[in-house]
Amino acid sequence: MQYLCLIYSAESSGPQHGTPEFGPYMQSYMEFTAKVQEDGVFVAGEGLQPVMTASTVTMENGQPEITDGPFAETKEQLGGFYLLDCPDLDTALKYAAQIPTATHGRIEVRPVMVYD
Amino acid sequence: MLPLSSPAQSVERIIREEWGRILSSLIRNLGELQLAEDCLQDAAEAALRTWPDKGLPRSPAAWLIATARRKAIDRIRRANRFEEKAKELAYLIALDQSEIDLEDPAAIDDKQLELIFTCCHPALEEKTRVALTLRTIGGLTTEEIARAFLDKPSTMAQRLSRAKKKIRLAGIPYQVPSEEDLPERLRGVLATIYLIFNEGYAASSGPELTRVDLINEAIRLARIVARLMPDETEVEGLLALMLLHDARRAARTDREGVMISLEDQDRTLWSSAKIDEGTQRLKTALKKGRVGPYQIQAAISALHVEAVSWAETDWPQIAALYDLLHRIQPSPVVRINQAVAISNMGETERALAMIEAVQDAFDKTGYKAFYLARADILQRSGETESARTLIEEALALAENRMERVFLERKLNAIADTKA
Repeated sequence: MQYLCLIYSAESSGPQHGTPEFGPYMQSYMEFTAKVQEDGVFVAGEGLQPVMTASTVTMENGQPEITDGPFAETKEQLGGFYLLDCPDLDTALKYAAQIPTATHGRIEVRPVMVYD
Repeated sequence: MLPLSSPAQSVERIIREEWGRILSSLIRNLGELQLAEDCLQDAAEAALRTWPDKGLPRSPAAWLIATARRKAIDRIRRANRFEEKAKELAYLIALDQSEIDLEDPAAIDDKQLELIFTCCHPALEEKTRVALTLRTIGGLTTEEIARAFLDKPSTMAQRLSRAKKKIRLAGIPYQVPSEEDLPERLRGVLATIYLIFNEGYAASSGPELTRVDLINEAIRLARIVARLMPDETEVEGLLALMLLHDARRAARTDREGVMISLEDQDRTLWSSAKIDEGTQRLKTALKKGRVGPYQIQAAISALHVEAVSWAETDWPQIAALYDLLHRIQPSPVVRINQAVAISNMGETERALAMIEAVQDAFDKTGYKAFYLARADILQRSGETESARTLIEEALALAENRMERVFLERKLNAIADTKA
């Protein structure tokens, strides 16, 4: 079963780019990615550009309506994801808890829909 | 002798007793909670139709399992789920043609324990865990659970069906957690059972006598877990705690349903059978040397029920146990109780200092407990005027009539001592 782990945090929280803590923080992400690959559960995973780069589009009367910014202004923003293939939710949650951002943000774990 | 129950009632009782075990076994056959529950419901309805007239089968559980399996074959066929459920179907047909009726009881026990951990999974909302545990392990009907929580049956049915859907779609496993996770997850199971107990305990002082007996259900669930996990001392601790609390049930309220405080309870009304079982279980657990919050609370409760009167209660020991409890599980409520015990030892100043130190930790609803404990300590030390003011403050926060009557009686008692 595939689980999408959505990584949310306030962009001002956690180790910031250009500080001494940032290097070890990125290192822990690389280690986590290596671990899930080694365990054979990794399907995909990416980090996202900051939320200031987001654009949102919706169709209004057949025309695309584009707005600057994310679809919802929240304190915590989507910053990246992992797609993991795990036997059950407990296993997925165990991996999600090891995602480095979990220490200062939250990871939403969603099963991927299976069409049969 | 107790009045004989009607045949239909005794059939219902048997079904409820067997529900959790049978359901666990069916989930193993069918791989899915909702389908298992639907088939068992079909079988239960068939039992209610036939047993009262034809008499009980030799093994009601075996009859229910066999019938539910046949219903499962029907349901899978009718719903056209041949391909998806091919494996399960072949297995069911083989089972139906064989003579095996009751599977290995030990294997069913394992399945039942797994189901308990599924129902109390942290990925489910607290109230959902309670409802699901009562439904699947306790065998209560959706209507009964709705009544217990003063919900509409349709709302409760929706909550339960959403929960079963989440278990299936999110892949919440049917398994006993790994050794590493077990302590935390077991705490979740015990918290769910204690929540059921407390819901019943709170209700039993109100006018809601029609609510199903959640106290008995909680005790029954704890007995099941205690049987399945005999080495876990906190399970025994919780069971002991509930038995010892429940032992005082008849003395806790008067005829109108108004609460009577422990100090004023008629101790001859306490159930000695429950006290004996509770203390016995507690002793067995404590001997194993792995103490936890439930065992400590049970030990405090045991000291209360062993005392011949309020005055002759072992307060120093109780205060020491609250102190230990606070170290393991810090909480302002524990401090309040410790302060009351200390005040009963005659150390008013120390008690007041302790209670004032936690004052800020209470929100508006919690304040009642704070006011009452403080009033209690002041009253004991002769400061009746200050005690009266505090009880009046608590009275202003009272939420229901029973509570108001209880507090008004306290005020009258103060007036009497003065006169």
